[in-house]
Amino acid sequence: MEEVLSKARSDQKIYINLKGFVYPIIIPIIFLFVWQVSSVKIDNKIILPSIIQVLDVLTNPTKDLLSMGSLISNVFISIIRVSIGYILAALIAIPLGVIIGYSKKAEELSMTFLNSFRPIAPLAWVPLVLAWFGTSSMASFFGFDSGVLYIFFSNIKNAMIFIIFIGAFYPILTNSIYGVKSVRKILIDSSLTLGANKLEIILKVLLPAAMPSIVTGLRVGLGIAWMCLVSAEMLPGSIAGIGYLINHAYTIARTDVVISGMIAISIVGGIFNYMFIIIEKKFFKWESLSN
Amino acid sequence: MGEFVKLGGLLLNQIIKLKGINKTFLSQNNSSIKALKNINLNIADNEFVCLIGPSGSGKSTLLRLMAGLVQPTKGKLEVMGRNIKKPIKEAAMVFQQYSLLPWRNIIENVAFGLEIRGVAKEKRYKIANNILKKFGLKGFNESYPYELSGGMKQRVAIAKAIAISPEIIYMDEPFGALDAFTRTKMQNSFKEYWVEDRKTIVFVTHSVEEAVFLGTRVIVMSARPGRIIGDYKIDLPYARDKWNSDFGQYVKKFTKLINANSK
Repeated sequence: MEEVLSKARSDQKIYINLKGFVYPIIIPIIFLFVWQVSSVKIDNKIILPSIIQVLDVLTNPTKDLLSMGSLISNVFISIIRVSIGYILAALIAIPLGVIIGYSKKAEELSMTFLNSFRPIAPLAWVPLVLAWFGTSSMASFFGFDSGVLYIFFSNIKNAMIFIIFIGAFYPILTNSIYGVKSVRKILIDSSLTLGANKLEIILKVLLPAAMPSIVTGLRVGLGIAWMCLVSAEMLPGSIAGIGYLINHAYTIARTDVVISGMIAISIVGGIFNYMFIIIEKKFFKWESLSN
Repeated sequence: MGEFVKLGGLLLNQIIKLKGINKTFLSQNNSSIKALKNINLNIADNEFVCLIGPSGSGKSTLLRLMAGLVQPTKGKLEVMGRNIKKPIKEAAMVFQQYSLLPWRNIIENVAFGLEIRGVAKEKRYKIANNILKKFGLKGFNESYPYELSGGMKQRVAIAKAIAISPEIIYMDEPFGALDAFTRTKMQNSFKEYWVEDRKTIVFVTHSVEEAVFLGTRVIVMSARPGRIIGDYKIDLPYARDKWNSDFGQYVKKFTKLINANSK
């Protein structure tokens, strides 16, 4: 009897695992099938290249494309750009969020101002940002005017950094404020009775308690920063990056490169997201299990 | 007992003194709520004082006042000879809800107070380890709060308070969220601990029985605004028997007093 039951149970387990593996790939397979059939029917690679043509670009990521560098090198430049804008946003948004979440005064002082910029889409900043920064880059900021460093930093336009910064800033800020605000008051009271001062309350209670929420903000912020990238790379003065590659490929009717670029954006975005999910699972197990 | 107090507090050291304490809160819609009215109370070293009263009698507020978490609207409040503006290092507090830091394991939680006091890691872990052993939590040092039952969590919360070797422990319905069986067990083991250690305890509870079982003295409070309507010494030997007739008499007396004053 026991044996029969345990066999039934393990059968069920295999079935569930199989289901968990099969279900998520059903729709993508149908999608790829429809794509391939349509491309054969349409038979015009400017409108819809076949999967094979796109795979040809994707499987040779180090091959020079349209004489503006390889797929990998363009993705790399884009990641550098996003990283700079994103890290700047995190460095400002996290401390600001913790302070606003903790102090009623700071909240009253700043929230009206901050909220008035929130509805403005990052793309809506473009004309103003161009008026301010033009095509200046971090090379002029650091004072490089020749050499390897100049070539590297001249690719990182201040206007792009600003757009990415704006995109990442609000999700990180909002989640930091929320994280600190939802810390149970009893944890603060309890630490006060043990003799903790304000700084210790912030560093040893509020910050660790808010960390899961802050990391969620960082994850969402990175996703949005990555999405803002394409609009940022279509700004004048851009000569590289995955967004620029897509835009340029469109002007010379290389739809296979356009789609390859889009897939590269998706893959990188997925990796970013997955990185954070691993961090959340590994370090913040206590959060989901404490309730 | 009264005589000793008259002898100038030489034998009975009054470590908590409240004189004419009033506390008024501002509610959400800006009307004021009178929580405490003219509280006069002295608590001596080594007493186990239980505060009982109906909901809204301000007993928790009174406790938080003594602990320095809130300030009185009017009156004088002295603990260990000092005016209380914030929590003092001689006192610890245990709360009803679980106050453990969920991202720290058990030993890190128990050692938290010592960490804030700047005690070196090795030393504070040693102290925490000893207390955990004493509280029957050996083997749970590396566990996280979410892995523990309600009773065990509350044991850790008490261990956390005791780790800083306080003179006074304030306890705000510490067993209130536990099931009846665990609650009885906790009452017994906490009493054992107290008989051994004899700290000054101020203990808020809803349960008259719990107050009579644990306290050397029971303070009865009225419904809002909270006033002291009874102050009794419990003349029962430790260990107390809940089925003893004297025990029953105390419970009956206090229950009647609370009911008469809670309308």
